[in-house]
Amino acid sequence: MEDNEILLMKGNEAIAHAAIRCGCDGYFGYPITPQSEVLETLAMEKPWETTGMVVLQTESEVASINMLYGGAAIGKRVMTSSSSPGVALMQEGITYMAGAELPGLIVNVQRGGPGLGTIQPSQGDYFQSTRGGGNGDYNVIVLAPASVQEMADFVDLSFTLAFRYRNPVIMLSDGVIGQMMEKVVLPPFKPRRTDEEVIAECPWAATGMRGRGKNVVSSLELQPTAMEQHNLNLQRKYQEIKEKEVRYEEYQTEDADYLIVAFGSAARIALKAIELCRQKGIRVGMLRPITLWPFPTKRIAELADCMKGILSVEINAGQMVEDIRLAVEGRTPVSHYGRMGGIVPAPDEIVGAVEKMRA
Amino acid sequence: MINDDIIKPENLVYKKPALLNDTPMHYCPGCGHSVVHKLIAEVIDEMGMQETSVGISPVGCAVFAYSYIDIDWIEAAHGRAPAIACAAKRLNPKNLVFTYQGDGDLAGIGAAEAIHSLNRGDNIVIIYVNNAIYGMTGGQMAPTTLMGMKTSTCPYGRDAALHGYPLKITEMAAMMEGTCYVTRQAVSRAAYIRRAKQALRKAFEYSMQGKGSSIVEFVSTCSSGWKMSPEAANQWMEDNMFPYYKMGDLKDKGSN
Ligand SMILES: Cc1ncc(C[n+]2csc(CCOP(=O)(O)OP(=O)(O)O)c2C)c(N)n1
Ligand code: SF4
Ligand SMILES: [Mg+2]
Repeated sequence: MEDNEILLMKGNEAIAHAAIRCGCDGYFGYPITPQSEVLETLAMEKPWETTGMVVLQTESEVASINMLYGGAAIGKRVMTSSSSPGVALMQEGITYMAGAELPGLIVNVQRGGPGLGTIQPSQGDYFQSTRGGGNGDYNVIVLAPASVQEMADFVDLSFTLAFRYRNPVIMLSDGVIGQMMEKVVLPPFKPRRTDEEVIAECPWAATGMRGRGKNVVSSLELQPTAMEQHNLNLQRKYQEIKEKEVRYEEYQTEDADYLIVAFGSAARIALKAIELCRQKGIRVGMLRPITLWPFPTKRIAELADCMKGILSVEINAGQMVEDIRLAVEGRTPVSHYGRMGGIVPAPDEIVGAVEKMRA
Repeated sequence: MINDDIIKPENLVYKKPALLNDTPMHYCPGCGHSVVHKLIAEVIDEMGMQETSVGISPVGCAVFAYSYIDIDWIEAAHGRAPAIACAAKRLNPKNLVFTYQGDGDLAGIGAAEAIHSLNRGDNIVIIYVNNAIYGMTGGQMAPTTLMGMKTSTCPYGRDAALHGYPLKITEMAAMMEGTCYVTRQAVSRAAYIRRAKQALRKAFEYSMQGKGSSIVEFVSTCSSGWKMSPEAANQWMEDNMFPYYKMGDLKDKGSN
């Protein structure tokens, strides 16, 4: 593969190639539809023979996330991928990582639930991802790719954010983005960090003492005053992330009377719906959150003042719509349109939902 | 003789291992954990690996192992230490990586992670302190609790119909291709402690030679959980635990 070559591949495959190219040290994963191509592609590519990246099929998602914890604890760029039921199993490890302030990337190619649910796409894990998902007060940075290109680009971005804030990052994708094939330009090749670079970047990591005092990576603190202080420090960090790392994209909001808010594959479908609405003379724009946590609360609040209504389009029963309502604070009507169980909304259904708001 | 005559370097026969710091241990008197800690500190020091060792501490009474032994540590979720160790070793093979786990941690909630790590031959060492009870949470039944033994959650004694049978993880480990050294030891007598130290050293050496995974089980007491004096607990262990959990090497693939 040449640099800048335009390739055609699935979102899941793009993640695997991007991981190898952005200096990932280790991938740990357990098969589950619709994301198994990530591990399969890595197995086929054999990066352990080229970059030295470790690739391991684990015995469970519980093991995967704890391998992430172990790899992150020694300062490595480590990642896992799974789909909804598997990510549910990982929640214990994610809260431990948040507590111990460990960087790491978890890719969730969502499928429909609850339970074993279906292998078809869904965005039903929005609450789980943006509210922490495990025990305790914590947040995970959540990126929502809407194309195969973003699946590739967000791998390196995730690692950058994860290490900048010593915090786990979730790429919240779905079965559509994971399975569909699109054009993609893979990120430029970047070598893995040397041992010295890891130690310099992560002076807190359990790399072996080698000339310094001991490092302990832990989320445990039995002294309530110290534990409260740790929590306050975490909350300060989350506040800083909220101030600095909100990402979103806007489409045709300048002249819009109605705003659609949608992320991931729902945003792709909504784009078509906006085109259809405008053909009918209804001026609709869209805000696509790229970070679901931190959420683009401020921008949505600003836009609310010039909109006759806001429609949240999601592939779930209405989860992000709660964050929109919190942002809008009643200044304009907010409604939700979504499908569940593996059904994705069609553009004309969304047009119908916009028309309903006008009525 | 006055003290100054006795305290001379040439008279020194024993001292606290260098890697064991002065933090007061929270273990109950007579608890096996503290002796096993001492052995780990001694062996790592004697192997000259203080700077290249990473321990994974469990959830259980030994959760604070990291407070006492001066090496790098990672504190695990309950039972997940082997998965953490697997990654820490594979991503940094030059380090000595070991887990330290109780019987609830390893044979109960973490059985899957332990078995798969051992079977994969992750080149880690699992140090397994089996006191047949959940010490930390106040003496509940463990997967390893002996038949008829009373705990707070089997107050009438472990009953096969209700609770099944005590699990021998170490015997299971011996059957796995990925393990090179599987042994069961104890620390209740000086002779046992000496033998246990040799076993620990062998396991650490095999790990650094890439021969596979090892498990060193320490059959141990929990005087608080068992509600006995330390002395009575030692006797009870020798009378009741040793016949079921037999001491000695179950497998040594590394010597040839
Ligand atoms: C997920 C989870 N479940 C339960 C507990 C509570 N817990 C803490 S220690 C422990 C048992 C430890 O027993 P063992 O591993 O035998 O260690 P010992 O204290 O006997 O050395 C339990 C159940 C926990 N911390 N986390
Ligand atoms: S409760 Fe049992 S295992 Fe825990 S420190 Fe006391 S004697 Fe040791
Ligand atoms: Mg125990």
